[in-house]
Amino acid sequence: MEPTIQPALAQAAQPFLYGSIGVTHYVMLATLLFVIGICGIFLNRKNIITLLMSIELMLLAVNINFVAFSVSLHDLAGQVFTMLILTVAAAEAAIGLAILVVYFRNRGSIDVEDISSLKG
Amino acid sequence: MLADVTSFLFYAFSTLLIGAALAVITSKNPVHAVFFLIVAFFNAAGLFVLLGAEYVAMTLVIVYVGAVAVLFLFVVMMLNINFEKLRAGFIQSLPVGILMAVILFAELGGLLYVSLSKAAPHAEATVPIPDAAHISNAQAIGFVLYTHYMAVFELSGVILLVAMIGAIVLTHRQRTGVKRQNISKQLQRRAEDGITLVPVKSGEGA
Repeated sequence: MEPTIQPALAQAAQPFLYGSIGVTHYVMLATLLFVIGICGIFLNRKNIITLLMSIELMLLAVNINFVAFSVSLHDLAGQVFTMLILTVAAAEAAIGLAILVVYFRNRGSIDVEDISSLKG
Repeated sequence: MLADVTSFLFYAFSTLLIGAALAVITSKNPVHAVFFLIVAFFNAAGLFVLLGAEYVAMTLVIVYVGAVAVLFLFVVMMLNINFEKLRAGFIQSLPVGILMAVILFAELGGLLYVSLSKAAPHAEATVPIPDAAHISNAQAIGFVLYTHYMAVFELSGVILLVAMIGAIVLTHRQRTGVKRQNISKQLQRRAEDGITLVPVKSGEGA
């Protein structure tokens, strides 16, 4: 027997996912995480490695939003898009770190302020 | 009772997640920052399991902890960087960073809180989540990922390919002064080219 996707029960979006924890809790958590990522970019302006890690935190916050709304709306699309974000995050980390390695090889430091020497 | 346990787990995971995220951006040693990043990813995966998105949680652990964090760790340990020098200006930018964070959180969080508390989000589901009793989360995602989202799935594969080629092209370098075996050159070598016979007159050889 070929398994098929069961149509979800026609139900309105639930304000509470379980207990007293609703989608609002998750969205607030994701907002806080995103803001921490932005704060990290401000604090570690010189260190590209920590900058990249802050960007990963922000992408994680976006993922939490996607999954929370996906579960709240009973829509699988959010979880699929989370995986696409994971793909982009992995690609971004690989390229960013590759650029970092090349830059360190040429300059001997990873100070962001030195990068302005790339201007013509 | 079950609701209490899940609420407790939510708060435990989110507290650890926020704490680890704060440690990532403030830790002096980038190696520690990477480890805190791993802690943050694990806690996010726990939250996803709590939400019933097991497949995304496992992918998060595999991709982020298994690949991205290890990549960061490699780079941090491979490059001999003076991190003390890079921390200069941390204290100076601390007030600005915290101010920005507070303002952004107030704006973003206030907006989202107001709009979410007014009405629960609702929309027509494009691909409804099937009943978890009949079909597992991973199975359900597999059904839509290879049918409904075939194009984006393949595009993400192309993105990974481009990233891989880009990383290789960027970091590959031809080193000078290194003796390497060139097999095609070896095979093209002919006996006539290898030896030169020079007629040396007797008595004039050096």
